[in-house]
Amino acid sequence: MSEGFKPLGRAGMAARVAADIPAGWYVNLGIGIPTLAADFVPVEREVVLHSENGILGMGPAPASDNEVNPWLVNASTQRVTLRDGGSYVHHADSFAMVRGGHLDLCVLGGFQVAENGDLANWSQSATETGRQIGGAMDLAVGAKRVWVVMEHQTKDGQPRILRRCSYPLTAAGCVSRVYTNLAVLDVTPDGFKVIDMVPGLSLAELQARSEATLSS
Amino acid sequence: MIDKRVASMAEAMAGIRDGATVLMAGFGDAGAPHALMDGLIEQGAKELTLVVNSAGRVHKAGEPTSGVARLIELGRVRKVITTFLRENSVAGRLVREGRMQAEVIPQGTLAERLRAAGSGVPAFFTPTGAGTLVAEGKEVREYNGRPCILELALPGDVALVEAWEADRWGNLIFRESGRNFNPIMAMAGQLTIVQAHHIRELGTLEPNRVVTPGIFVNRVLHLPVGDPKLPG
Repeated sequence: MSEGFKPLGRAGMAARVAADIPAGWYVNLGIGIPTLAADFVPVEREVVLHSENGILGMGPAPASDNEVNPWLVNASTQRVTLRDGGSYVHHADSFAMVRGGHLDLCVLGGFQVAENGDLANWSQSATETGRQIGGAMDLAVGAKRVWVVMEHQTKDGQPRILRRCSYPLTAAGCVSRVYTNLAVLDVTPDGFKVIDMVPGLSLAELQARSEATLSS
Repeated sequence: MIDKRVASMAEAMAGIRDGATVLMAGFGDAGAPHALMDGLIEQGAKELTLVVNSAGRVHKAGEPTSGVARLIELGRVRKVITTFLRENSVAGRLVREGRMQAEVIPQGTLAERLRAAGSGVPAFFTPTGAGTLVAEGKEVREYNGRPCILELALPGDVALVEAWEADRWGNLIFRESGRNFNPIMAMAGQLTIVQAHHIRELGTLEPNRVVTPGIFVNRVLHLPVGDPKLPG
């Protein structure tokens, strides 16, 4: 069956989010596709990137071996650089930036987002031994805006855009916008509102891939 | 004369008791006092509560096992307080087997609990974790229209810290993202032990650059161990 639309790939989703981040914002980009968004923010658009491990003004990965500084890693423990104007702080000050409401935006990956803005992105079962919370709960609660980037459905076709999350929550009512491989959705008091779709996709087709009711 | 320098690892580790709460700094390999962790393994204290950002990566064949994972694997840790507990790590296995307890908490809450401990604040309310599994068993109060949960300060009997430069008073300077948990664990530790790459003459550390003043430090061991390795 050939469909009349083409879902975005990882880079396409990252580029779509990056297009909406204005100059002057202080932003934390979560692990995965959100991190890729940094590659699509031109350096002359001064967006100041925060990393949980105490970096404000984080730059891209080192361009050559000469630029590598083994003391400078991001929250995914990948080697990075510091932009002019960047600075280092300890972990409590780094999370004061997060929890104190100083970040304009946090972009997080997600498993599920509900129409009330609930986010599930750290665990798929309350009974798992493995728990990887990291900074996700602090970021989801503390940033002025929380945007989520994720595939519209799971690999086996289950919806991630839900009436209520079934996985353990990261935070309640925190998400303001969702970027998927099919659409951009705002979370409003009346539920999900579609503000953008990939070319060729109809609202009915998007609705069929979502559990929550969508409006346009 | 104040001289917090110690000459040997045995001297650095002296007096750490069974049942102690040990704070281990570091984020990735940057600023992680791996040599002090090796020293703690050698020293032998057990029934420990270990506070560490990550309870260990999933071990890959052919790679050296991290000190944190070895301490856990040796059964020396009664409880780990951490922000990352991986299902397939040594720590995940011991928790599944009922041989170790785990408290997995948000990273900002960990940082704030340490800062609170170092600052004489016994507890605080935060919206982080409210309405999630993290809130289980915790007092909830509403502030500014948001539910907040009560979190307790997290003091350590011992803090293991890494610094780039130190002097004999225990003043510390860190490098880049190697700062991470080091200053707040130094504050929260009753006995703060530092491994430092460089020992400088008293009076030669630029006072404007000192991040952790020596009042928060008890022992300094000179260990020029080299740059952090990129984690696998």
